[in-house]
Amino acid sequence: MINYIIRRILYALPILIGVNVITFVLFFVVNTPDDIARMQLGQKRVTQEAIEKWKADRGYDRPILWNANASGTGKLTETIFYIHSVKLFVFEFGQSDSGRDIGHDISQRMWPSLAITVPSLLLGLFAYITFALILAFFRATYIDVWGVVLCVVMMSVSSMFYIIGGQFVIGKLLHLVPISGYDTGIQAIKFVALPVLVGLVGSIGSSTRWYRTIFLEEMNKDYVRTARAKGLPEKLVLYRHVLRNGLIPILTGVVVILPMLFIGSLITESFFAIPGLGSYTIDAINRQDFAIVRSMVYLGSVLYIFGLLLTDISYTIADPRIRLE
Amino acid sequence: MTRIALYWLLCSLCYLAACSDEPWNNPYPGDQSQQNIYYDVFSERPKHLDPISSYSANEYVFLGQIYEPPLQYHFLKRPYQLTPLTATEMPEVSYLDTEGRFLPETVAAEKVHRAIYRISIRPGILFQPHPAFARGDAGTYLYHDLTSGDLADVYTLDDFIEKGTRELTAEDYIYQIKRFAHPGVHSPIGGLMSKYILGLDELGRSLADVQPHNGGSRYIDLRKHVLEGVRLIDRYTFEISLKEKYPQFIYWLSMSFFAPMPWEVDRFYSQAGMKEKNIVLDWYPVGTGPFMLTVNNPNRQMVLERNPNFRGETYPAEGEETDWEDGYLQDAGKRMPFIDKAVFSLEKENIPAWNKFLQGYYDTSGIDSDSFDQAVQFNARGDAELTQVMQEKGINLSTAVTTSSYYMGFNMLDDVIGGDSQRALLLRRAISIVIDYEEYISIFANGRGLPAQGPIPPGIFGNLEGEAGINPYVYEWKNTRPVRRTVEEARRLMVEAGYPNGRDKQTGKSLILYLDTPAAGPGTKAVFDWYRKQFAKLGIQLVIRVTDYNRFQEKMIKGTAQIFMWGWNADYPDPENFLFLLYGPNGKAEYNGENAANYRNSEFDTLFNRMKSMANGPERQQLIDRMVEILRRDAPWIWGYHPVGFSLYHQWYGNAKPNLMANNTLKYKRIDPVTREKLRREWNRPAYWPFIVLFFVLVVSVIPAWRSYKRRERSAAL
Repeated sequence: MINYIIRRILYALPILIGVNVITFVLFFVVNTPDDIARMQLGQKRVTQEAIEKWKADRGYDRPILWNANASGTGKLTETIFYIHSVKLFVFEFGQSDSGRDIGHDISQRMWPSLAITVPSLLLGLFAYITFALILAFFRATYIDVWGVVLCVVMMSVSSMFYIIGGQFVIGKLLHLVPISGYDTGIQAIKFVALPVLVGLVGSIGSSTRWYRTIFLEEMNKDYVRTARAKGLPEKLVLYRHVLRNGLIPILTGVVVILPMLFIGSLITESFFAIPGLGSYTIDAINRQDFAIVRSMVYLGSVLYIFGLLLTDISYTIADPRIRLE
Repeated sequence: MTRIALYWLLCSLCYLAACSDEPWNNPYPGDQSQQNIYYDVFSERPKHLDPISSYSANEYVFLGQIYEPPLQYHFLKRPYQLTPLTATEMPEVSYLDTEGRFLPETVAAEKVHRAIYRISIRPGILFQPHPAFARGDAGTYLYHDLTSGDLADVYTLDDFIEKGTRELTAEDYIYQIKRFAHPGVHSPIGGLMSKYILGLDELGRSLADVQPHNGGSRYIDLRKHVLEGVRLIDRYTFEISLKEKYPQFIYWLSMSFFAPMPWEVDRFYSQAGMKEKNIVLDWYPVGTGPFMLTVNNPNRQMVLERNPNFRGETYPAEGEETDWEDGYLQDAGKRMPFIDKAVFSLEKENIPAWNKFLQGYYDTSGIDSDSFDQAVQFNARGDAELTQVMQEKGINLSTAVTTSSYYMGFNMLDDVIGGDSQRALLLRRAISIVIDYEEYISIFANGRGLPAQGPIPPGIFGNLEGEAGINPYVYEWKNTRPVRRTVEEARRLMVEAGYPNGRDKQTGKSLILYLDTPAAGPGTKAVFDWYRKQFAKLGIQLVIRVTDYNRFQEKMIKGTAQIFMWGWNADYPDPENFLFLLYGPNGKAEYNGENAANYRNSEFDTLFNRMKSMANGPERQQLIDRMVEILRRDAPWIWGYHPVGFSLYHQWYGNAKPNLMANNTLKYKRIDPVTREKLRREWNRPAYWPFIVLFFVLVVSVIPAWRSYKRRERSAAL
């Protein structure tokens, strides 16, 4: 398995280089270094000299990808791409275009993101599996039919509706939790409750339907029939056999998103004023802060690749028949 | 079982209700409830908190309370008036000729060789407590030579235990002025100041070659470098020499660009390793003002607290005539600041911010278009007033015409719409008439605007009210008010211009014009449709080219846009700050200046050069009138409108007079925390019934499922 992991890491390198290059090219197709400088310096009374000075200070005064005037390896290394992107491979994110240390910002802002995403994932899993099991247990009854109808209705509604509706009903009308904001420590609970609930309700339709399908598939298999035939009560069949085997695809689906929990949610964080990495990325895009955008895209790619690797490994744990070679 | 569960639920709810009478939705810690704290929002994290770099209103909200330039705007007097802040009196200005002889104040600008501003500051002003000033027993600075080991456990400024202070001196102002030339500092007005302050260019060139004094540190000791244009007279007095007469310079002295900067602070923040920890001057301001930034988390919250070293300042005793009636002078002569703390929370979306204001968790609020109808209605006379719901909550409304202009510009370099040919001139005038800004303001700005009659907004010297102030090319004076000229009149101008019914008389082709705009989003389609409709009144086909802001900027810099929309917020309340937007040598395409229309008129430029260095008075008014007449005649802009700012504030918030020029208004504000807390509790009683409903819904839905389960368990296998 070690060999497999090493091989996968080596496969990831060209992918990460590709992601880096594509992000870089896309960004600089839309924005020139002058645009970035102008955005940082403001909109009033910005002189060309100030722009040139800003670019020179941050290494944006060089050619973008190829420096024809340099000699030797300088043609490649004395470029904006090399200066700003190569250090990413050793997770040196450097300074944002507004002058702040990106690594420090990421280390600060991942906690609020995790404060939302981890409870959402755990409570969500519990709720979705419970509902899916209930629907599977009462399959082909009115509970199942209306449950599925409700799931379809809920998955048809935009997540924005749940956010605004949740803030309006729970925060504004019922006065149960603050409408938005964030705090640290135990105080965080009252701020996190609503976004977690909204996230949970927003995904309940699609997730419950998916898990129900998985459980129903398991329930039609021979080993379940055998369990029933030997007289096991239905709840034991469900909990001891169907749930365990049904958890394998659920588990692998969950493991792949585990590393992405750090990245947070763009819309939820923005609406609930949660100072996480999702809003950090959105802010950077709006402010054309290339340094942050490339760092976050790169980090997202690394985490996603890591998630896929974890998924493969989790297969071997969940199903002993699988071997990674 | 159901009975036990119900009992448990009721007990839990009673416990929850009894354990605290705090509103559950209070976003602030409970111990703040009775404190003298002001609560507000910010929607965008500040980019710069270094006073030399900051040039944005959302940054001035913080900087204005911390840094103290020599002058400030009087809080109550209108028109806006400068008054001393740290200065003992208004600066003494001297004009000298080439021989060094003193010239009178009214002397023509071309005769002035040097303009000297002498400023004396008050003794005894102290900086806020800060580690940069901390000294050990031997008098050496504790934190000026930090090693990487010393910084290992430092993450924020609070990790430096010792703090110190010292008295503000004239040297601190001089140090800040030298920072305009610092190679590592980016000041948006550095170029402008180099044009005026003697020797700033030369200092910039010499500093460019200076290497910081030790490895890793970015510190350049500016005290050792001479700037010809500043002179220290004594501990509390200094002079600034300008290369020419520039009366508007005095306004810059009220902005944070000219706030004092102690060398100790620059040295402290420039040390190796500080930038990597984000402990920089651009992030942790140090001033002498009434407040200091104690929590700097722009991702969540910014907190200003009283500066314990603040000297104290008294509330103004003079104002406008109506200020006594309006209660703005009740605190006359009392020591400021009145509040202990100001908490600014990040709110990126308008809806949560608005709802929290209604719940009493923010003391003031703007009104966005989504909430406008909920908050404001117009009475039969057309005046804005609060809705019944707002009045019942005791919310107050304040309005003020902003010192801003939103306009539509014509690129004067364009072959069709630009230039000074009669044909283009008549075309521009015809378009100016048909774009009905009264309608625009009513539809898209909820009535919050005044149609502009020229470039100078109301409240700025040079703007004329009434019949004398209307643009006669677009309006007529009828029944004591300006009335827009008719579409028929505009069509006649089109015929004169050679575009009858919007067709070129020579070629027979329809006239197509292009509007470049960076505006995008769901709300803009209606605006674009409206503009197309306005141009269609003349038979002109308007093509709207939506681009991103960068491409728009590029077009403007290259002068390739045909028609565009733009705006300007005043830096200072002087007509020069608006008329320079149409000064020829400020052309954007040729000189990268702020004259986006690339308008050039030699008479206007000559008059501008005379007007800009004159003191306000009848002679200056006469020049401005002539200049405005030239602009109205040539119509390089459709003058658009001046927005009217609407803001709401709760009954517990005092001294709310809007001041659109001053940035340091927090010290004047007053809060009644007892009333606020009482009303917050009243408005935010939590509703318990949803828990009971939820419980019964669960019970009702579980019972049939439970029965069904039992039935299935009992049933025999087939």
